[in-house]
Amino acid sequence: MEGSAALRTAHKRIELEHAVVRFAGDSGDGMQLTGSQFTLATALAGNDLSTFPDFPAEIRAPAGTTYGVSAFQIHFGAREIKTSGDELDVLVAMNPAALKVNLDEVKPGGLILVDVGAFGDKNVQKAGYEASPLADDSLKAYRVVEIDMSRHTQEAVKPFGLSKKEALRCKNMWALGLVYWMFGRDRSATEAWLKGKFAGREEIADANIAALRAGEAFGETAEMPTGVHTYAVPPAHIDAGLYRNVTGTEAMAWGLLAGMRLAGLEMTFCSYPITPASQLLHALAGLKQFEVTTFQAEDEIAACAAAIGASYAGKVGVTSSSGPGVALKTEAIGLAIATELPLIVVNSQRAGPSTGMPTKTEQSDLYQAVYGRNGDSPLIVLAARSPGDCFEVGIEAVRLATRYMTPVIVLTDGYIVNASQPWRIPDFNDYEPFPAKFATDPEGFHPYTRDAETLARPWAIPGTPGLEHRIGGLEKQDVTGNVSYDPANHQKMTDLRAEKVRHAADDIPEQTVEQGETSGRLAVVGWGSTYGPISRAVHNLRAQGHGVSHIHLRHIWPLPRNLGELLGGFDKVIVPEMNNGQLVTLLRAELMIPAHRVDKVTGKPFKISEIEAAMRAELED
Amino acid sequence: MTVVDTPEKLQAKDYASDQEVRWCPGCGDYAILKAVQRTLADLQAPREKTVFVSGIGCAARFPYYVSTYGFHTIHGRAPALATGVKLANPELDVWVVTGDGDALSIGGNHLLHVLRRNVNLQILLFNNEIYGLTKGQYSPTSHAGTRSPSTPTGSVEAPVNACAFALGSGARFVARSVDTLQKQLPDVLKRAQAYEGASFVEILQNCIVYNDGVFGHFTDKATQADAQVHVVHGEPLIFGKNRDKGLRLNPKTIELEVVTVGEGGVGEDEVLVHDETNLRLAQMLAAMEPPHLPVAMGVIYNDPAPSYETLVHQQRREVREKNGLKDGQLPDINELLRGGYTWTVE
Repeated sequence: MEGSAALRTAHKRIELEHAVVRFAGDSGDGMQLTGSQFTLATALAGNDLSTFPDFPAEIRAPAGTTYGVSAFQIHFGAREIKTSGDELDVLVAMNPAALKVNLDEVKPGGLILVDVGAFGDKNVQKAGYEASPLADDSLKAYRVVEIDMSRHTQEAVKPFGLSKKEALRCKNMWALGLVYWMFGRDRSATEAWLKGKFAGREEIADANIAALRAGEAFGETAEMPTGVHTYAVPPAHIDAGLYRNVTGTEAMAWGLLAGMRLAGLEMTFCSYPITPASQLLHALAGLKQFEVTTFQAEDEIAACAAAIGASYAGKVGVTSSSGPGVALKTEAIGLAIATELPLIVVNSQRAGPSTGMPTKTEQSDLYQAVYGRNGDSPLIVLAARSPGDCFEVGIEAVRLATRYMTPVIVLTDGYIVNASQPWRIPDFNDYEPFPAKFATDPEGFHPYTRDAETLARPWAIPGTPGLEHRIGGLEKQDVTGNVSYDPANHQKMTDLRAEKVRHAADDIPEQTVEQGETSGRLAVVGWGSTYGPISRAVHNLRAQGHGVSHIHLRHIWPLPRNLGELLGGFDKVIVPEMNNGQLVTLLRAELMIPAHRVDKVTGKPFKISEIEAAMRAELED
Repeated sequence: MTVVDTPEKLQAKDYASDQEVRWCPGCGDYAILKAVQRTLADLQAPREKTVFVSGIGCAARFPYYVSTYGFHTIHGRAPALATGVKLANPELDVWVVTGDGDALSIGGNHLLHVLRRNVNLQILLFNNEIYGLTKGQYSPTSHAGTRSPSTPTGSVEAPVNACAFALGSGARFVARSVDTLQKQLPDVLKRAQAYEGASFVEILQNCIVYNDGVFGHFTDKATQADAQVHVVHGEPLIFGKNRDKGLRLNPKTIELEVVTVGEGGVGEDEVLVHDETNLRLAQMLAAMEPPHLPVAMGVIYNDPAPSYETLVHQQRREVREKNGLKDGQLPDINELLRGGYTWTVE
């Protein structure tokens, strides 16, 4: 967004290619709803966009404190938007704490809209300021617009007879109205949404709508300080099609359901509440008309065990958690490996170790997924790169788990599951079914014979006459499945389990290059939610004439069969990831390539500029 | 390993798998296995629809020896895994076989929840008050003072009473038996199988190697008549060699006490009549211990309620009906993806 153009343009909007806006306030200020509504209006205006909800772990932290600040960031533009944005063009700060926590993110010369009505001495102190930052020159690097949003909101909603507390609850809509004015957004979708949300409490719906309109009217009529403009962000050139906004959680739920339909099976989804994974349980619990039964278990272990029991009985057991919960499931995952049953474990990663930072994102469970079990215990690991990609990865997980009779761990993260993006809705009819087969013929049946192509054992479910058999976690004799302590048999079974999972590499697509050439000076290899910043950073450097390529992995284990050859064609390989260097170690060990690490573990996604800097350093080296 | 079904009536031996049974000679588990196989034959249980699920421990080897479907899982988690089996296919008849360490120590949490949820399973807890497979450590049901490799000078913990735990967890079918009660045990197992919810059966089982004779003071032939009361719904709680002892409620202490009918003017009408739907009575019966009170055997509590999986699938059906879906009709995935706000980019 423009910084210093001081011309006041009442009638002509300044055109921007893209902008980043962050709404920040107290956890109770409704910032997530405000952000979601701005997202919707922006999508309807034809921009591409990406969002980043950032909320505290505390459900209701004491009002006015820095640790109670909740924020919602949206990056939107007339071009393809791949990240939620490095720096803020506009910060809406509903109280001093929100200003304090988010000020570092505002670009120099950026616009800060503050509700001075919330800048009383008490709130200033609670935020840890000695004196109001509005009174000194600590904000001189920015354009600060002080508006008493609290007072304006109360005036706007006066006719509806609300209590003071209820009236002040409408101030997020007032702020939203002001930002709608600034970016020329249509408020009708938000008004419709408010009417639906407060159906039955019409005075609340009407008050919120009045506040929204008042905020917008304020922008149109009030004398704005120098440097405050209205902007137009033209529609982006987006592929034609039908679109909606989708979060990673929604897309994963739908992807799993779509996978079940393609396999011709039902899902038994077993989970235990944990941040940030619980929403997947909520989403599926609300879709009981589909092929899913949900089970909130007593703990993480029970959730995984119940999922395995369901797979044993002929459904696809799915369990979902975050790192600490997946750690608890570890022994049970080993059981699914030994008994060679389908199982899907969705890990919405968060900052660790231990409880870590539950609401902050990280990609540090890759080792856990690939290696983190007792014994030699191979399974398949997939990673989703974006909210919309969760749909495809959900389907792929069902396909591989049922085809290879194996657990599949799906890695998402706190960023992907909460963030939303416009998603071009696929036509489900375009997907190739992969019907699962149960064993039915007692003739020559043994539980541990193997399919010649996949090495999978037969899926013989209870209820099938003549196939009665016993399985368990003890080592089994090849073919018969009887308990065996025979040394040569254990070697053979260990090899077979590994070979089966490696076989899946023949059944997954060869690794492609996202951007750039298939060989050259520098490849940037990513996985998961670093897709956005890597993609934009590589795009930027390529635009400047640098020969860099972006390669992004969906299949973490087994690795795509051509990956070694592909990466061997580059002089240098760097691997940006939100951990202390996990994929890079795996690539070095498996492919023996001298890949370099680019790490970040701050609980926040990479900035484009950080990846650009890492690439430049490699190119100059 | 697979026995092909024949139209003839299945005998107890038809429920034996081809695997060699590997418990210690003289282990109480042999007798329980025999009783279970007889029960299955009495029920003419279809082998293909019967599943035995176990955790870890001596008792957990059980599924390998039964010719039905079987799953030997991980330590303590059998109730959770069995819950998944029942959610996936409520038509299956699922038996959970567990021990005192498996069910009440590492798996205590799962046992609590499977009981309160009332998942339709038969849970057979083989209680021998010792860890057998790990070579003789004291268990959560060992009485205080138990000497074991891990408690050489005697354990100092208070034990848990399995049936009292089950009742406290909200179990609605609780029974007790002994490995050697070959006449009574199959009857109890049949009652448990008939109950449509989580039926809990504690089977006192003698570990001949690590805890031999631990129940002898009330299971030996010489003592059992006076030290056990076999509870039967609707019948007076009378026991003893001469069938002259009865249980009476002392209203001052709110405790059960033993009276001798005909002595000191005590008539049979003072003896409590067993009501298996009475939770308070069940709690008192389950807690009884020698030497002052007999050990209660039989169906202590049976107060049916709908099973968990029945309610879960009923909700699913209701949601499907609300969505206007006919039997077997699958909702449209494309419609799901297009629900909510959508917009078209030309």
